[in-house]
Amino acid sequence: MSDYNFAYLDEQTKRMIRRAILKGLAIPGYQVPFASREMPMPYGWGTGGVQVSAAVLTPEDRFKVIDQGADDTTNAVSIRSFFERTAGVATTTRTHEATVIQTRHRIPEAPLAEGQILVYQVPIPEPLRFLEPRESETRKMHSLEEYGLMHVKLYEDISRHGHIATSYAYPVKVEARYVMDPSPIPKFDNPKLSDCPAIQLFGAGREQRIYALPPFTRVVSLDFEDHPFEPSKADHSCGLCDAADSYLDEVIVDDAGGRMFVCSDTDYCEARQAAGHRGKDAA
Amino acid sequence: MQANALTGGFANPPADAANAFRGLMEAMARPGTIRRIAGATPPAPLSAAAGTVLLTLCDSDTPVHLAGGADCDDMRSWLAFHTGAPLCGPQHCQFAVGTWEALLPLSDYPIGTPDYPDRSATLIVEVPALEANGATLSGPGIRDEARLSLPDIAAFQDNAARFPLGLDFVFTCGNRVAALPRSTRVGASNDAAAQEEAR
Repeated sequence: MSDYNFAYLDEQTKRMIRRAILKGLAIPGYQVPFASREMPMPYGWGTGGVQVSAAVLTPEDRFKVIDQGADDTTNAVSIRSFFERTAGVATTTRTHEATVIQTRHRIPEAPLAEGQILVYQVPIPEPLRFLEPRESETRKMHSLEEYGLMHVKLYEDISRHGHIATSYAYPVKVEARYVMDPSPIPKFDNPKLSDCPAIQLFGAGREQRIYALPPFTRVVSLDFEDHPFEPSKADHSCGLCDAADSYLDEVIVDDAGGRMFVCSDTDYCEARQAAGHRGKDAA
Repeated sequence: MQANALTGGFANPPADAANAFRGLMEAMARPGTIRRIAGATPPAPLSAAAGTVLLTLCDSDTPVHLAGGADCDDMRSWLAFHTGAPLCGPQHCQFAVGTWEALLPLSDYPIGTPDYPDRSATLIVEVPALEANGATLSGPGIRDEARLSLPDIAAFQDNAARFPLGLDFVFTCGNRVAALPRSTRVGASNDAAAQEEAR
């Protein structure tokens, strides 16, 4: 163990975050302001998610961190080792073994279960922010349920591109009340937000907001009757594990235009390869 | 200050508070489920679960309202020593604790504002029995339907009708805890309906 308090934050800070989490769960999709602390990492590296994780972790938890689906990128590795050192919790890369999963911009491919907690790192929690820069105004729009501007934005997409071109951070409506930013997950992941058995918590450190989705909450991606929401992914199967149902990253492999598509969820891909699945690019 | 005010706190505050919060969060996220939480031993008349909730969530930033029998010298000094929470009336509290009868009327508590619905009170209700039967619950956190023994039904229906404003409730009994956030829709229990029909 280290000389830090359990999970780095002091107890008063954790109580403040815990109160915000409970109010967030009581008002699904509403962004609860909280007194975000300065963390030993830069804004944009998951300071909000780290604070939420620190407030919910117990010594018995098994912790997993993914960054764009991967367990082995800088952000994921450093946050995992941060909690290994400051909380002494066990860690894992396997989705089904983890009790708390902190994620940057993906929802794991493997279905989540009751008893698991998914913590999202959120850069801009306000879905209306790029349409209306004033916080006083967006707050009023949420209180009056005035979301016409968001539909205008999606409509402008259609008039310009012929379809809704928003492909990530795709706005959703929670329990027919609050419009929420699901963090920059690909819209491929949006259907997994709804009716999820796990608790989903969202933390935005720089913007000082926490919001939450209790399990089995109805989450609907905004769309139009004649342009229904469509989750999209690259039209390939994984080059390593041949999965046709997972979200894919495009990887440039040489300077002659060569490329391959691989699962963004490394745990899902490795589990499939271990089970004997081989894609066309597997060595 | 009585000597017994100094005892009954968390033995290992970071771990005890973390475990208690997990139980409380699971209860709030899944209305109707009953969890066990422990760690605090508050003076009478408070239950261990209610004392644990107070130590987990309250500090000098959170005005607390002690209602009815909970407003005794022992409780005042215990809460002051372990949390430093200021005491206040129902109008300005963030947390209130007491029996259902002592906490009434609910109209006294802050329910938040349309801009900030989170600025509302959380009521910790000491109940004589806590069972997974009685009123039907549905809404976020509940797969199909849950059941929970509630001290009232109409009051919780009125509270849910104000969503997103409203109060959130934590029910405590011995070392067990359950919760009812404002998002939960409450229906009359089938037993009560059956009794009504029998008449």
